[in-house]
Amino acid sequence: MQTLLGAIINGLALGMAYALIAVGYSMVFGVLRLINFSHGSVYAFGAYMVYFFVSLKVGLFPAILIAIVLSGLLALTIVKLALEPLRKKKSIPIATLITTIGMSFIIQNVLSIDYIFGSEKHGFPSLNLFAPIVIGNITIQSSQIIMLVVAVVLLLVLTYVVQKTKIGLAMRAIQQNSRAANMVGVNVNFVISFTFFIGGACAAIAGALIAGYYGIISPTMGSTIGLKAFAAAVVGGIGMLHGAVVGGLVVGVAECLAAQYLGSNVRDPMAFVILILILIIKPTGFFGKKGITKV
Amino acid sequence: MKNRFGSVRENGFLYVFEHFVDFFKWPLVAILGAALICTPNFGFMTPANTRIVIMIILYAMLGMGLNVLIGYTGQVSLGHAGFYGIGAYVCALAMTKLGWPFWPSLLAAGLFAALVGLLLGLPTLRLSGTYLSIVTLGFCEIVQMILKQWESVTNGNYGIRNIPKPYLFGLKLDMKNGGLFYLALALCILTGLACLAIRNSKSGRAFMAIRDDELAATMMGIRTSRYKILAFVISAFITGIGGGIYCVIANSYIEPTSFVFNTSILILSVVIVGGLGTVRGMVFGSALLWLFPQVFRFLNEWRFVIYGVLLVLMMQFRPQGALGWQSTLPFRMSRAARKRLKERGLDAFIPGQGREA
Repeated sequence: MQTLLGAIINGLALGMAYALIAVGYSMVFGVLRLINFSHGSVYAFGAYMVYFFVSLKVGLFPAILIAIVLSGLLALTIVKLALEPLRKKKSIPIATLITTIGMSFIIQNVLSIDYIFGSEKHGFPSLNLFAPIVIGNITIQSSQIIMLVVAVVLLLVLTYVVQKTKIGLAMRAIQQNSRAANMVGVNVNFVISFTFFIGGACAAIAGALIAGYYGIISPTMGSTIGLKAFAAAVVGGIGMLHGAVVGGLVVGVAECLAAQYLGSNVRDPMAFVILILILIIKPTGFFGKKGITKV
Repeated sequence: MKNRFGSVRENGFLYVFEHFVDFFKWPLVAILGAALICTPNFGFMTPANTRIVIMIILYAMLGMGLNVLIGYTGQVSLGHAGFYGIGAYVCALAMTKLGWPFWPSLLAAGLFAALVGLLLGLPTLRLSGTYLSIVTLGFCEIVQMILKQWESVTNGNYGIRNIPKPYLFGLKLDMKNGGLFYLALALCILTGLACLAIRNSKSGRAFMAIRDDELAATMMGIRTSRYKILAFVISAFITGIGGGIYCVIANSYIEPTSFVFNTSILILSVVIVGGLGTVRGMVFGSALLWLFPQVFRFLNEWRFVIYGVLLVLMMQFRPQGALGWQSTLPFRMSRAARKRLKERGLDAFIPGQGREA
């Protein structure tokens, strides 16, 4: 019983962090209809920036703030440098997909160059800022609580931005029909850049939280988690904020339970097992709306 | 230069080049064939280089397999490493555990991968575009999990060791006598010819109709879901055979980590960089992507960064791939089609009549 509860709590905390990454995939998919494969490496970049600025002794919180801004800027660079020209040329979707994979390759391998950070793993400052809480037999690490609280607060803020502000309205308009949005005066390029910036910033926060929880970072840390978070976004219904949250939680809990009862090899693929089941039963995910194709 | 091939200035380089190659087709094939047959005896073919050349041939073949799906039918798969892994494991297991000879094992690898392809192709009835890519991505991860988890059969993370070398008429094929090179080469050429045949067949035209406009294809009476599944099965079969070849060339040893997402991406890059929908492009793309890290060895870790830059630049300036171009050669009908038209007295519809006169 206590291992079950422990696994669930663990899964909820991890799931919220996944949701933060999934939001990035989801929002980008919403405005561009694109799987952004570079998102996982932006997440890794965020964690590395926190590591770097902490090692410069600027303190943990300033380091995280700087990392958020830098990761947002990195995501912005990807858009401006690679994706916007492609969109202007109206190139085929697969070209855009390969471009994001190429970008991810660049970021990951720059991080693993010897005199930059190196390909080996590094220790990361722990986020266990206060003593663990013990309820009965269950111990909840403070890093888990921080992960949960920060993610919930951020997701609430994001929901507010998307639902209540002008730029959120523009984002939803582009999601429905980017050409029509452009005609009624929405600056599509700006909104897309903004979306990428927010996605990158969220990824950096998730990077700091997850790295602080595991206490370790490596240049390839983004590839598996990126794919898992993406699976979470699809499970919840891609393009939907609350979908990303539910998907993240489902994936997080499922993988912690699988790791507990089925063995550690099952942990990572669990997200994809759920993904395929959901897609076969309900192809648009939990909350996704069915798209109508017009001729 | 004004001659029978047209002039570079007037018709463009591509036109002249294609007509030149078309005119000297058989001599060129003979020269290339002779060069390929002699390849294992060349001085630069050290064991390490032989391995790279074989990998180039293998990935050209894998590229052709994926090309049937992406290039012809327009369905993007991000999980071909899954079929590749299935092929390698089925072939290796049939040889080590069941004691089968190589050739039936290879066929089993292809057929089993095709069967899995059929099962994976069924969701295409409900899914389209990006969602299909996502399912294939998940499929690759699940294959990976099964390979790692099903220890009684696949030996888990340790992989399968001591895979025997294939024999052909009692002759052992290995790296030293170049047998594995010829094996890979022969199967790659067969695959290439098969792909060209598919392209010019009724199914191939149905594939391309689906790629260009699925809705229009449906309206024309093409059973799109059936053809999409067929494309999946063909593609999986070729990739499974590729896996079977891999299991005998990979130092007699395979492990689950050779068949991860990055492998899928490498196969995908071969298709994209070479030229979507072409067979020539697969060979070129594979050679480029395998030689690049070797030639730029002096750049150390930077070469992978440059590899990424290469992909990005390629998509910016030549998204159709290095060798992807619209052919300028006149359309030629197959002999069977000509014959059928002649039988019905429709000679006027046979193109290229004037050319032969």
